[in-house]
Amino acid sequence: MAKMTKEEVIEVAHLARLAITDEEAIHFAEQLEAITNAMELLNELDTDNVEPTTHVLPMVNVLREDKAEAGLPRETVLKNVKEHEAGQVKVPTILE
Amino acid sequence: MKFYDKTAAELQEMIHSNEATISEITKQTIERINELDPKVDAFLAMNEEQAMADASEMDKAPMEQRGPLFGLPIGVKDNIMTEGLVTTASSRILEGFNPIYNATVVEKLRAAGMVIVGKLNMDEFAMGSSNENSYYKKTRNPWNLDYVPGGSSGGSTAAVAAGEVPFTLGSDTGGSIRQPAAFCGVVGMKPTYGRVSRFGLIAFASSLDQIGPVTRNVKDNALLLQAIAGHDEKDSTSADVEVPDFAAALTGDINGLRIGVPKEYFAEGVSESAKKAVYDALDVLKEKGATVEEISLPHSKYALATYYLLASSEASSNLSRFDGIRYGYRTNKASSLLDFYMNTRAEGFGDEVKRRIMLGTYALSSGYYDAYYKKAQKVRTLIKKDFDDAFENYDVIIAPTTPTPAFKIGEIIDDPLTMYANDILTIPVNLAGVPAISVPCGFEGDMPLGLQIIGNYFDEETVYRVADVFEKATDFHKITPQLWEGAAQ
Repeated sequence: MAKMTKEEVIEVAHLARLAITDEEAIHFAEQLEAITNAMELLNELDTDNVEPTTHVLPMVNVLREDKAEAGLPRETVLKNVKEHEAGQVKVPTILE
Repeated sequence: MKFYDKTAAELQEMIHSNEATISEITKQTIERINELDPKVDAFLAMNEEQAMADASEMDKAPMEQRGPLFGLPIGVKDNIMTEGLVTTASSRILEGFNPIYNATVVEKLRAAGMVIVGKLNMDEFAMGSSNENSYYKKTRNPWNLDYVPGGSSGGSTAAVAAGEVPFTLGSDTGGSIRQPAAFCGVVGMKPTYGRVSRFGLIAFASSLDQIGPVTRNVKDNALLLQAIAGHDEKDSTSADVEVPDFAAALTGDINGLRIGVPKEYFAEGVSESAKKAVYDALDVLKEKGATVEEISLPHSKYALATYYLLASSEASSNLSRFDGIRYGYRTNKASSLLDFYMNTRAEGFGDEVKRRIMLGTYALSSGYYDAYYKKAQKVRTLIKKDFDDAFENYDVIIAPTTPTPAFKIGEIIDDPLTMYANDILTIPVNLAGVPAISVPCGFEGDMPLGLQIIGNYFDEETVYRVADVFEKATDFHKITPQLWEGAAQ
């Protein structure tokens, strides 16, 4: 049974770009430990000679014609941007 | 004149004989939603003005140009993009998001002449089995307002069960159409993976997600799948296969049909009434000429773990796009770019979504990839093979849709593993990619139970044929919740 520590949860949250408090990390550690332990069930199965399935239909390399098409108008694309200026997305200052 | 209890064919007959106009049907649908939805809470956004304008335009179309769904009202799950109509996937991170294009299925609904009346509540990003994970509201089960409608397409099934709207679209990644359809006593179909375009469906787990129809009867369900099915260049995983005439498959003849009944789906945890309802249904089908044999899908017990590893891994990747830059919620507490991302996502996502993103990130991280993600992909091969083998000898597989009927709101929300177990009988179908429907087949107390009919790849026709025979032989689909008649017309 794998143990999930608070520190591991903080590390995973960081990789996933999720801010997390110590209290939340303790809570999630308990739940994720229970979940990953339940997943250990799969180790009962010998899968050494089994190919992984990434996709259920027998399709490979779906290609389209290499033809340029117009994208959406800039004005439309900016419709859901919180702040924009001169056709550019505005973000908070990140450099001193 | 009331329209809400009518089938598509009955509504068309009323329209064609000038007993009703599309505008009248649309208006009554909206009025009924306005009256009942304060109790049910199925709808997130209404499209009242546009729907009435569309209806009045459609009333001018020549009768001979109208198809079987022309002018009929439909609600759309909130993870399906509707241009100009707010689409949030029930997440704070997409609060107020106004799509700049339509999902392919929405284009197809419009081409079929359907009137979109609004968007339906769901578990955030389709992660959940109770609709309690929506940031905005908790949808209630029309059969008993203290109970969950199921999830994640709980808004879509509750709206149909309440008679608010006769058609809705849901999406199904691990049971998200069939489980709430069972809980709400309506008909819900998850088509074969690739049957319906996913373009414009906000992605949860791309190798499992599929859009499908929710209705009150099988025939209407077949008509709605007809309208949305087909290959789409914009979705490279949509299958370039012929779309048959699904309604024509409802011949009423199942003589000689071979039904396999997997013993693993009647194991511990499945309620006695759910089992009995399915055994009774099998007796009905036997009487119509089908043969029934017990079979084994030996890897069933591994499906839940396989699913949560794969779906969460895919979700952690798909949901990395939500960073607060180009659209969606933005934090106002950030002193660096990293802070900006981390706070935006921490404030924008709910707990279940965070749990799955973290589980997925963990399963994909170096050192754990082979033990979790790759292992699950291999077990997926074994689960798929169980179905491939079964369909060599059987035409359909029949089982309960869920182990139990709906549970009370708040009852298991803090226990993720118990919540996940709701989908134990629907998840293997998504992992294999085959089609399956849930149709009403009985009650436990006042709450409905669902019969799950699983078909071979791209054989929705047989699934519909069996479902239709069962429906015609029984009255479960005619029983409506008390709240149904409570609304005055």
